Amino acid sequence: MRPVVIAGVGMIPFERRDEDSLVDMLAMAGLKAMDDANLGDRPVDAVYVGNMASGLFNHQVSVASALVDRLNLMPAAADRIENGPASGGSAVKNGFLAVASGYCDIVLVVGGEKMREVIGPKATDIVACMTHPNAEYIYGVTLPALAGMFTRLYMEKYGVTREHLTMVAVKNQENGLLNPYAHIQMKITMEGVLTHPQAHVNSPVVADPIHLYDCCPVSDGAAAVLLTTEDIANELKRPIVTIAGVGQATDTHTLQERSDPTDLKAVTIASQKAFSMSGIKPKDIDVAELHDAFTILEIAESEHAGFFSKGQGAKALAAGETQIGGKLPINPSGGLKARGHPVGATGVAQVVELVWQLRGEAGKRQVKGAVNGFSLNFGGFGNNVIAFVLRSKS
Amino acid sequence: MDMELEAYLRPPEMPMVPYPPKVITLATSGKMIVRQVDRDAVPILLEAIKPTFEVARDYYDIVGVRLYAELLGWYRYRVRDEFCLVGQIDGLLVGIVNTRCYSPELGMSLHTLAIERGLRIGAHLFAAKMEYSFEYLRQEEVLITAESPIGFRRWMIEYGLEKRDGQHELGGATPYALTRELYFRNKSRLVAGERPVPLELMQVAEREIIVASEEDILEKILGVKRREI
Repeated sequence: MRPVVIAGVGMIPFERRDEDSLVDMLAMAGLKAMDDANLGDRPVDAVYVGNMASGLFNHQVSVASALVDRLNLMPAAADRIENGPASGGSAVKNGFLAVASGYCDIVLVVGGEKMREVIGPKATDIVACMTHPNAEYIYGVTLPALAGMFTRLYMEKYGVTREHLTMVAVKNQENGLLNPYAHIQMKITMEGVLTHPQAHVNSPVVADPIHLYDCCPVSDGAAAVLLTTEDIANELKRPIVTIAGVGQATDTHTLQERSDPTDLKAVTIASQKAFSMSGIKPKDIDVAELHDAFTILEIAESEHAGFFSKGQGAKALAAGETQIGGKLPINPSGGLKARGHPVGATGVAQVVELVWQLRGEAGKRQVKGAVNGFSLNFGGFGNNVIAFVLRSKS
Repeated sequence: MDMELEAYLRPPEMPMVPYPPKVITLATSGKMIVRQVDRDAVPILLEAIKPTFEVARDYYDIVGVRLYAELLGWYRYRVRDEFCLVGQIDGLLVGIVNTRCYSPELGMSLHTLAIERGLRIGAHLFAAKMEYSFEYLRQEEVLITAESPIGFRRWMIEYGLEKRDGQHELGGATPYALTRELYFRNKSRLVAGERPVPLELMQVAEREIIVASEEDILEKILGVKRREI
């Protein structure tokens, strides 16, 4: 396989974007990535769009075809990639394969979702369509419900507490303040959402033990990367950040069928594959973007990906190891918790953040000297997971 | 002014016990003072409401112009038995709510305007005006309607309000009612605040109602700050 370079990245601020259509947002992010790559008039061979549910959210499908037309990239091949909340990661993976295999030289990958077109409960219902229709959905199971049950089990097994969960929320919202692209621009405190006797009014229960501030917001947004070969990237005179490793793994559709529901096997296997392919070990990672749709996931993923042993993720968090400036900064972007989680955009946005970090372009949230980065995009409730290891060669 | 005619035009006033101020610790640890204001405060409140007039998002325009008219009507003695509570953080005005007492037993919830967003300011202030109606004015029921989807979720769904026949005074959607029983059932979950307010916090709140600039108010409501990226 040929080395694959991320020559350009682009993103629009995640927020509620009433005035932009989904295709508008995809186009804005895509143009930014092409501009960032100094692409000029070079033709794009293929466009992959990560999107989970435009048909349900926006009553529009075939958004990849719409995007190539909007960007005047015809006759580039165009595909929409759907893999639940890991749609963005899957789109990057497919773009990677197209370049690595020699099938394409230049690929634009865009992830996006416009979720705020519907009200919050409807958005939760649409996202819940990824659950098992007969074993989960008909019983009212939503993603927050699954996360609530998972959190309870994880707390009992590994001693994670609500203090730990709130630490994730506080840390990531503080990081979000340093990221102009983050949806949530607000510092919260342990007192305000946990320890004050009336904090439960500020952060009510969503699905016990998960409270409001344990959940990511519902956002609109898009992010894009331009993938190419090392030779072309050198011609474009862009910093060389390569996709050094890619891993993907699946698990049972329903959580209840897993022998140990707290064991996120797909996270472990996808991460191991990505590390193995890259030749880089977890201890060599300088910065990580994990899929903290719920605060518990940042802790659990940090363990299953191999950064900490089981039960130690919360301790590392409490010791400040995962803060910017710590041993392994996790989610300096603010993560899904603060940057937001337009589901199809997330996997791409994680990669965009890593590229900014590895180029030294992350501004106030820059992790000093970052060379190797890791991202994890968590589909379903851990039933389809994609991991990337990125390396800066500049 | 012809005070003889004015006397006919001014509605009679029902005596109301005052609402004791309280302090709410927000998710940011910010301290929001919730307190009742009298007519003298209305001109400064109107200044804060004006920037919302052209904000269609979340029906701020409708809420803004109607709240403006309600407060102006109260200020100039053309609306009967209205009360107004405000939320302030370090003196800065972050929200306004008002209700009109239709009778000693029945409250008519009018509007809730959150200037600062994302901190449940509107929810806290709405809860405060319900607290005033049920715990201090001892009303039996408050009629409520909503003009925005956010309002519908915050009031009708979060409190589990009961539908009522007839119309709300605002003439909008089907009215719902918060009864004493429903209020006290939801109180521990939705009503926050501590009394008495520490003297130094109260002095800051009472010294001046600070109104953010029009640009800041629009930015808080619309979240447009980062569009230059």
